[in-house]
Amino acid sequence: MQAVRYEAPSSVSEAIRLIQADPGASVLAGGTDLLVQCRSGFKQPTAFIDVKRIPELSGIAIDAQGLRLGAATCAAEIGEHRELKRRWPGLAEAVALIGSTQIQGRGSVGGNLCNASPAADTPCALIVNRAECVIAGPSGERTVAVEHFSAGPGRTALTRGELLVAIRIPHPATFTSDAYLRLTPRSEMDIAVVGAAVSLTFDAHGICTAARVALAAVAPTPLLVPEAGRALVGTRVNDEALARAAAAASAAARPIDDKRGTVTYRRQVAGVLTRRAAAIACRRARGN
Amino acid sequence: MSRVHIEAIINGEPAEFLTAAHETLLVALRESVGLTGTKEGCSTGDCGACSVILDGRLVPACLVLAAEAQGRHITTIEGIARGDALHPIQQKFLEGAALQCGICTPGFIVAAKVLLDANPNPTEEQARYWLAGNLCRCTGYDKIIRAVLDAAAEMRKAMA
Repeated sequence: MQAVRYEAPSSVSEAIRLIQADPGASVLAGGTDLLVQCRSGFKQPTAFIDVKRIPELSGIAIDAQGLRLGAATCAAEIGEHRELKRRWPGLAEAVALIGSTQIQGRGSVGGNLCNASPAADTPCALIVNRAECVIAGPSGERTVAVEHFSAGPGRTALTRGELLVAIRIPHPATFTSDAYLRLTPRSEMDIAVVGAAVSLTFDAHGICTAARVALAAVAPTPLLVPEAGRALVGTRVNDEALARAAAAASAAARPIDDKRGTVTYRRQVAGVLTRRAAAIACRRARGN
Repeated sequence: MSRVHIEAIINGEPAEFLTAAHETLLVALRESVGLTGTKEGCSTGDCGACSVILDGRLVPACLVLAAEAQGRHITTIEGIARGDALHPIQQKFLEGAALQCGICTPGFIVAAKVLLDANPNPTEEQARYWLAGNLCRCTGYDKIIRAVLDAAAEMRKAMA
């Protein structure tokens, strides 16, 4: 590897200046993807911009507007946050599935979004919870819905000089909950063959009033599936509605054949996981 | 090549070393600081052999840049024993023959220490999940898990 620089800015504006000044620079959060990509030669940055010393990128805050998750907050810290786990159990599940204990001590949700793997676990759990990316750039701040952040494998909505600062999630309505399930051949240390996140909201009579379904590893980007959500709204999320949501998820999936699974298998599993995750979210939401 | 001067607290003692910006904490610990107890396995964060504790968090030293260590607290396998007295986890690994070639052992012991510090009474399932990122190609894991649970029991007894 050539001589590279290491920078650890202490403010968002300083980080943006550094990123803008050097097109070859890479933003370093937990490093669990970036440093592996550097080692394999896939990436050769001219500088590492370590963003973990910027206060806005670290930590978890729940206020009147909802949850604010610093983009570089490590997964282990998220897993230790009781209130986050109580309000967004599906998001906590998705974060906890990533890597080993060691990887949890480094990897972040912001990094998971910026790495833009189609098989990433956290984007779908964020999408069903209507999460937004808070992005800072040379001309100020903007927000992008998480379902519009990934632009394909390894590509994001970030333009030159922009930095993902935080993820914001609005408070869930009454009788709302979420769930995330993924299929992996191994119980630990694996990457999703398919993942499914579901968030459901019910009225006081047990009728579903809002539903969001998102799928991982079945398209070039995390996939929000409005048809699957519509199959559940207006129902009591009974077996018939679950079957229609599952069919809609399978129909929306457009996976590839690779070493982790075939197109046919992934389509089938997308439906099964959607049905099961919806059933879990339903149980949780009614308990709330 | 420009070198970065780093000051950190390693195993409770102030330490300083020079590193290149792309160098990992694993390489710096072994080659610049002289602490070779931390082992290199895969260097891609998959095997846990290089586990160290960084500001209280278990991390793979191969996925940390050495430059990130500025001002941080790091504990390596060399910092687990108290002087000549082995940590109960180390003692139980010896008594239970929970190692063969030994390459994975420092990582297992450091990882197990973080577990037992947070949870003095883990179930076998909790211990197995916690240590799922530490790979051992010799032992089949049973003796390792038994050693960790035995150490936990001994530490609880000592606390009582």
